[in-house]
Amino acid sequence: MIIKYIFVMAIVTYLIRMLPMVLFKKRIENTFVKSFLYYVPFAVLGAMTIPYIFSSTSSIYSAIAGTIAAIILSFKEKGLLASAISACVTVYAVEWFLRVI
Amino acid sequence: METEKSINSYKKGFIDGIPIGLGYFSVSFTFGMMAVNTGLTVPTALLISMTNLTSAGQFAGIGLIAAGATYIEMILTQLVINLRYALMSLSLSQKTDRTFNFLHRLFISFGITDEIFAVASSQPCEVGIRYMYGLITIPYVGWAFGTFIGAAFCTILPDTLRSALSIAIYAMFIAIIIPPAKKSRPVLNVIIISVALSCLIRYTPLLNKISGGFAIIICAFVAAAIGAKIHPVEDVKK
Repeated sequence: MIIKYIFVMAIVTYLIRMLPMVLFKKRIENTFVKSFLYYVPFAVLGAMTIPYIFSSTSSIYSAIAGTIAAIILSFKEKGLLASAISACVTVYAVEWFLRVI
Repeated sequence: METEKSINSYKKGFIDGIPIGLGYFSVSFTFGMMAVNTGLTVPTALLISMTNLTSAGQFAGIGLIAAGATYIEMILTQLVINLRYALMSLSLSQKTDRTFNFLHRLFISFGITDEIFAVASSQPCEVGIRYMYGLITIPYVGWAFGTFIGAAFCTILPDTLRSALSIAIYAMFIAIIIPPAKKSRPVLNVIIISVALSCLIRYTPLLNKISGGFAIIICAFVAAAIGAKIHPVEDVKK
């Protein structure tokens, strides 16, 4: 079952990378297609993150705090790992605080 | 690009790949932890990294596996998330020298990632197969090794830490999209449209029956199409 999923993921991802390099020789000139492909990753990641980030932890308050931490670190361009770690630490701290009070 | 010169040294590629590999280690470490966190085994997590070699696609993939998504949803999600590789592959195919034959194209295209593409396309001349194999080596090893260590480490983590870690993937997505959005108003607009649609689908009765995988595809296609129509790529400072 899981092997099937992995096979599907791997084949789709590989075909996307392989087919253009093997089949196409000419550069894309269509502005709309170029622009569309440029924007796709941002749109995908945005839709995947919000609103789902708010239900990712055991409490909405810790999730909101973690989101704010990630946004602040990202604005300062501290990198993926720093943003991820600070969000995790914030969530952990807020949940600990909620258990204590 | 008509120059006769090309870079085709395995050693130079290998060295250029080291910083990419170090960066990959930390991301794949997180992936390994996430994968085990969603219930996958250590060998399964490693297998995903060794066969996919893509960050956002793998994260979304384990999310879909955990959600029990259909294969169609898996195919469409991977297609949408990884569509950018098609453009990179196409662009890179213009930069290949005469050492590239059909077989090498089959192998080297597997290693096209955002960062490998960025380094390869920043070379001042054409690139050869030896350079590309060298460039891919350390990132591939770093990606697999980081996944293994992260996955193995996760199994000894307490539950309280695992809860905190479940936000890591989303924090990383935020870290990927915010820096470009700061510099580019069109990118910010696309993200706002996509996020608004995502919330609309999630919280509107009936629309919230749409599965997570398809919701992402709908949001991404609509937002990226609107962006491409209103802000063609010449407007975007790459």
